[in-house]
Amino acid sequence: MPSYVIPDKCDGCKALDKTACQHICPNDLMVLNKDLMKAYNCEPEMCWECYNCVKICPTQAIEVRGYADFVPMGATVTPMRSSDTIMWTVKFRNGMLKRFKFPIRTTPEGTAVPDGGYGAGTNDLDSPHLYTEPPSCETAFQTK
Amino acid sequence: MANFETVEVSTDLLIVGGGMAACGAAVEAAHWAKKNNLKVTLVDKAAMDRSGAVAMGLSAINQYVDLKTGKNTLKDYVDYVRNDLMGVTREDLVVNIARHVDSSVHLFEKWGLPIWKDAEGNYVHEGRWQLMINGESYKVVVAEAAKNAIGMANIYERVFIVGPLMSGGKCSGAVGFSVRENKFYIFKAKAVMVAMGGAVHVFKPRSAGEGLGRAWYPPWNSGSSAYFTLKAGAEMTCQEVRFIPVRFKDAYGPVGAWFLLFKARATNAKGESYMDTRKDELEKWVPYGKVKPVPANLRNWLMLLDVMNGLGPIFMRTEEAIQKIAESTTDEKAYKKKMKELESEAWEDFLDMTISQAILWAATNTAPEEKASEIAAAEPYFIGSHSGASGAWVSGPEDLQTSKTKNDYFWGYVNMATVPGIFCAGDASGASSHKFSSGSHAEGRIAAKGAIQYIMKEKPSHSYDKAAIDAMKAEILKPLDLFEQHKAGSSDPEINPNYMKPKMFMFRLQKLMDEYAGGVTAQFSTNKALLEKGMDLLTFLKEDSVNLAAKDLHELMRCWENIHRMWQAEAHMRTILFREETRWPGYYFRSDTPSMKKDWEVFANCKVDPKTGEWTMIKRPIHSIY
Ligand SMILES: Cc1cc2nc3c(=O)[nH]c(=O)nc-3n(C[C@H](O)[C@H](O)[C@H](O)COP(=O)(O)OP(=O)(O)OC[C@H]3O[C@@H](n4cnc5c(N)ncnc54)[C@H](O)[C@@H]3O)c2cc1C
Ligand code: SF4
Ligand code: SF4
Repeated sequence: MPSYVIPDKCDGCKALDKTACQHICPNDLMVLNKDLMKAYNCEPEMCWECYNCVKICPTQAIEVRGYADFVPMGATVTPMRSSDTIMWTVKFRNGMLKRFKFPIRTTPEGTAVPDGGYGAGTNDLDSPHLYTEPPSCETAFQTK
Repeated sequence: MANFETVEVSTDLLIVGGGMAACGAAVEAAHWAKKNNLKVTLVDKAAMDRSGAVAMGLSAINQYVDLKTGKNTLKDYVDYVRNDLMGVTREDLVVNIARHVDSSVHLFEKWGLPIWKDAEGNYVHEGRWQLMINGESYKVVVAEAAKNAIGMANIYERVFIVGPLMSGGKCSGAVGFSVRENKFYIFKAKAVMVAMGGAVHVFKPRSAGEGLGRAWYPPWNSGSSAYFTLKAGAEMTCQEVRFIPVRFKDAYGPVGAWFLLFKARATNAKGESYMDTRKDELEKWVPYGKVKPVPANLRNWLMLLDVMNGLGPIFMRTEEAIQKIAESTTDEKAYKKKMKELESEAWEDFLDMTISQAILWAATNTAPEEKASEIAAAEPYFIGSHSGASGAWVSGPEDLQTSKTKNDYFWGYVNMATVPGIFCAGDASGASSHKFSSGSHAEGRIAAKGAIQYIMKEKPSHSYDKAAIDAMKAEILKPLDLFEQHKAGSSDPEINPNYMKPKMFMFRLQKLMDEYAGGVTAQFSTNKALLEKGMDLLTFLKEDSVNLAAKDLHELMRCWENIHRMWQAEAHMRTILFREETRWPGYYFRSDTPSMKKDWEVFANCKVDPKTGEWTMIKRPIHSIY
């Protein structure tokens, strides 16, 4: 049961046309039970524990319980992701706690411009230079 | 037939897949398309922000050549790749990616990816070619630039691509279905860029319960690229060159930082390092056994010899490595600071790209500075962008050909498959391994530019055969019909004599590949007789694939994913059979032809005739361009 939903916390994404967890799961595992308005992982044995559903859930209703066929019980790893950092809390089986904080991006969300500010470059469909090259190589383009 | 609306989308360049290569392709194609008044459309089975192998994030960029500082040359990179792949590599493709990859990395940094820097402001290397990153949002950032380039209106998420549309021997688009609503999609295009990643779950994974999904390679890439190109009749290469990573056992956490950055040793039950005790074995694999670094498959092989000789478990000596680094500090305060830094780096490596490993360490009270952790070989995967090489046989760039190579490696447009109109990158293109996330992005850009050139110069126009498309629609939706038709025939719809559900179909494939084609339980070893028996069983499975049944859209996707896996499996088995030698002993061992042979210093290619379904095996020469 790798990722699982805590019923009290899940609000079914307030009946929007798609739920956040269903939108993000790369393996199409999260499903909304429309009668209960609660989400669930429909194929836990196909879950990669990628935590994308956990990170995106607006109500922190999703957690991960390590694969039962090889992970001893009792440990948790919990992320809190903001727009520029992620904070992880690792709880060991013996109760020990560790916290780690890492940057996740250096620019405001949504601002990635395709040319990265390098401009179009040579801009010739017949040359081996790609869009933004040679400036984005930051050195002379090497033919071989 | 199930009641599905047919949606038709016409475009110039269609990009199938939304991973690293596809995102590179989107950025490149958008520019040339705007200039030339063309339309670009992208289709992904998932949400681009978190689709593909980089969905969770990564802790390193594995290909950065660093041409800027002049520390390495393009030839250095080619030498590294050729040696790692035991001589089997397309140098023209590898050089081409290598000369563009730094540009992709510089773009990533501008887009917002945090790359580690030292006190002087230089990138921090994990190894010679690898850069350390804070990569939790790597895919989010790269996808954002791609989405900004082509615009959300041209992106179809949650549409599963089944296969190619062909007209007059050229590729003219793709067909698929939505996994959210009853819609069948026909994408009509002048050219198609294939970037749907590699394949996992073709072989039985070590964990068969809940941990089934915790393969090293993500369970959502199922061989769609290989199926697409095979079905179109394109020539494939290196289908035997699977990849078996050695990783922390069970959760498959990365070992790169431990080996390269922390310089840890791996030791067996007796505390010996197989890299020392089995050094002599490397002589058998010269010249590649003698190069530095020792090729990945040979490192695997030395470890496997220990395991097969009852010398497991194998431990990564994390405690030893951390102590050694920390001891190099001068005083108590510096020591404590260094230990804290190392601990954080070690955990970030997992938290950025294999969170399961962090759970496993926490659940087993593992403090890496105190206790060693077990490592093991995973099951085989198909990932031509990493240390495997499987993919389509594509044209190289014109300017890198020599008089020797141009007839064999060049046919007009860079990264075009042998079928006009299909362009491949990342895991979809073969014989150009070690491109990883960054090189796949760069290759996506290369291939997209090639595709736009093709569209502009060839001006392909296609006709579409309505009857043929209707037949494809019926075939693709058939699993839903079969289920409806027969589900009442048993009290449990999972067990029914008239059809097969995709999960059991997948288990049947995995069992036969595991036992006959050299999976984990066969210690990665096989021979001609085993492969022939495996082919018999695969033939039955192929026949049964028309009886796959699906209760809903999600299962319909699972049905087609497993048909894709089955085709990848067949290409693999046929090519292992064809190559009568053992060249990558740590990936697979042919016990009846246990050594490397000079006359097999060639590419082993294959293709399927789209009309007759007949397979042809082909040898292609290896040329050096330096
Ligand atoms: C566990 C792991 C660790 C790695 N670590 C590193 C590392 O540290 N550094 C590094 O540089 N590289 C690393 N790599 C390699 C890197 O992830 C790959 O080289 C890269 O992602 C390949 O790009 P791609 O575009 O070919 O495939 P992917 O990025 O996997 O993209 C495939 C895309 O195709 C889509 N798709 C699949 N099937 C279909 C279908 N039928 N219809 C529609 N869409 C479909 C998927 O949703 C996805 O969008 C790692 C890979 C793995 C698996
Ligand atoms: S994202 Fe969270 S709140 Fe929304 S449906 Fe999923 S579990 Fe429930
Ligand atoms: S952890 Fe990843 S694979 Fe598992 S359900 Fe969540 S998003 Fe899907």
